[in-house]
Amino acid sequence: MGLFDKYNHIIDRHSKLDDFDVDPFNVCVERVISPTVGVINGQETILVGTNNYLGLTFEADCVDEAVKALKDYGTATTGSRIANGTYADHVQLEQDIASFLNYRAAIVFPTGYQANLGILAGLADKSDTILLDADSHASIYDGCTLSGATMIRFRHNSPADLDKRLERLKDDKSNKLVVVESIYSMFGDRAPLDEFVDVKNRHGVSLLVDEAHSLGVFGDHGQGLAAEMGVGAEIDYTVGTFSKSLGAVGGFGASNHPLFETLRYTSRPYMYTASSSPSNVAAAITALRHIRTRPELRAKLWENAEMLYNCLSDLGYDICAPMSPIIALRIPDEETAIYHWNLLFKAGVYVNLALPPGAPNRTCLLRCSVSARHSSEQIGYIVDAFAKCSAIISPNAHQRAAVAL
Amino acid sequence: MNQEGAVIWTPESVLDEIRSLLEPYNPNGAEISLETDFSSELNIDSVAAMNLVMEIEDKFEIDIPINQLPDMNTPKDLVDIVLVRVNK
Repeated sequence: MGLFDKYNHIIDRHSKLDDFDVDPFNVCVERVISPTVGVINGQETILVGTNNYLGLTFEADCVDEAVKALKDYGTATTGSRIANGTYADHVQLEQDIASFLNYRAAIVFPTGYQANLGILAGLADKSDTILLDADSHASIYDGCTLSGATMIRFRHNSPADLDKRLERLKDDKSNKLVVVESIYSMFGDRAPLDEFVDVKNRHGVSLLVDEAHSLGVFGDHGQGLAAEMGVGAEIDYTVGTFSKSLGAVGGFGASNHPLFETLRYTSRPYMYTASSSPSNVAAAITALRHIRTRPELRAKLWENAEMLYNCLSDLGYDICAPMSPIIALRIPDEETAIYHWNLLFKAGVYVNLALPPGAPNRTCLLRCSVSARHSSEQIGYIVDAFAKCSAIISPNAHQRAAVAL
Repeated sequence: MNQEGAVIWTPESVLDEIRSLLEPYNPNGAEISLETDFSSELNIDSVAAMNLVMEIEDKFEIDIPINQLPDMNTPKDLVDIVLVRVNK
């Protein structure tokens, strides 16, 4: 029995991808031409699966500030935040995020994944109970596991199911933390945050919201879905990432709790890792300014999202959620999903492929994420590519469905 | 039922319910015994296992922390966990 024997079934499944020119889970972008175009396998490809919602990765002053920080501070901090790894810009970025979201304090982490690990494992321990949405991101599950807290799952986006479970736990004396996301990364569906706030207030428990996919996308100034729904002040803890709308790498947690910054010397994922590189932090600080001050970026993003959503809907695709910059198409089976992905890729369009258990409910997805930087011509090209692919695929898919029946 | 009208669960009746909840995860109709291995015999992955637990929670009106998932490999494991919680 070898260490890798436990993966045999996954290796077998993955080997089916060998029949195709490109492994959808091992794509190498050889050159990046713009926020929406890259060269993959020598071919110019429109990128529709990058989460680069506002397209800020090539914004001139974001690049300039990152280069300046690189020259001024060097390539890396080479240390943890609790040792030599806190530079003036790390502190500046934390102040900017706290001010942006109207919180007392924010703590930044090197990635969004680590932000969830650090905040969840910092807040909770084995004496606490975390109630998490069933469709939570892997970083939330991993953060909860690392915390050692008792983990209770509630049905996805169901305040009623959360309410029922909190009612059952009413005699349990442990501290309770409810964890939800604002927009779910795979389907793009949004949480009824106002109803969750109502439930958490009635039961007197804390609420953490991960705004990874909504920061910069929702709200008058891009503060996220809680702000757009008017419940920002009711959220006890917000987690977010820099790797989507901010076009950088990193993540944060923010709160009004007077003891929040205790996590700086109690949260192991914060303490025992090198801090973000100076260039990354500078890019995030600059991108945050764009998000605050340029609502036209959001307007363009939503215009593009609406155009692509309506066109794909007209083509007959089964879209998983109401319109948002995440447009996830439900594909009947894994074989069709892989084939469809490859056809799109050959047509010069890159989207995300998600297969179970990576997507909820054993669903196979082609997942698009729209950018404000997509031109209407690009959206038109993407739609044409989908139309051609679906014309090739539909007869086969229907045949398979008939056989299955 | 007991005097308060609550259902009294036995290992047999819990197993019957679990067998019924397992049906969607057993499209080939394999025989489900107390020792059937969820992963190797029913191909139940980590997400499916969590969803099965949720069905069980609803059926028995209990909460089962998912921290216990590593200990849930067979119907017998589930019966034991459910009995502890329903008879609390």
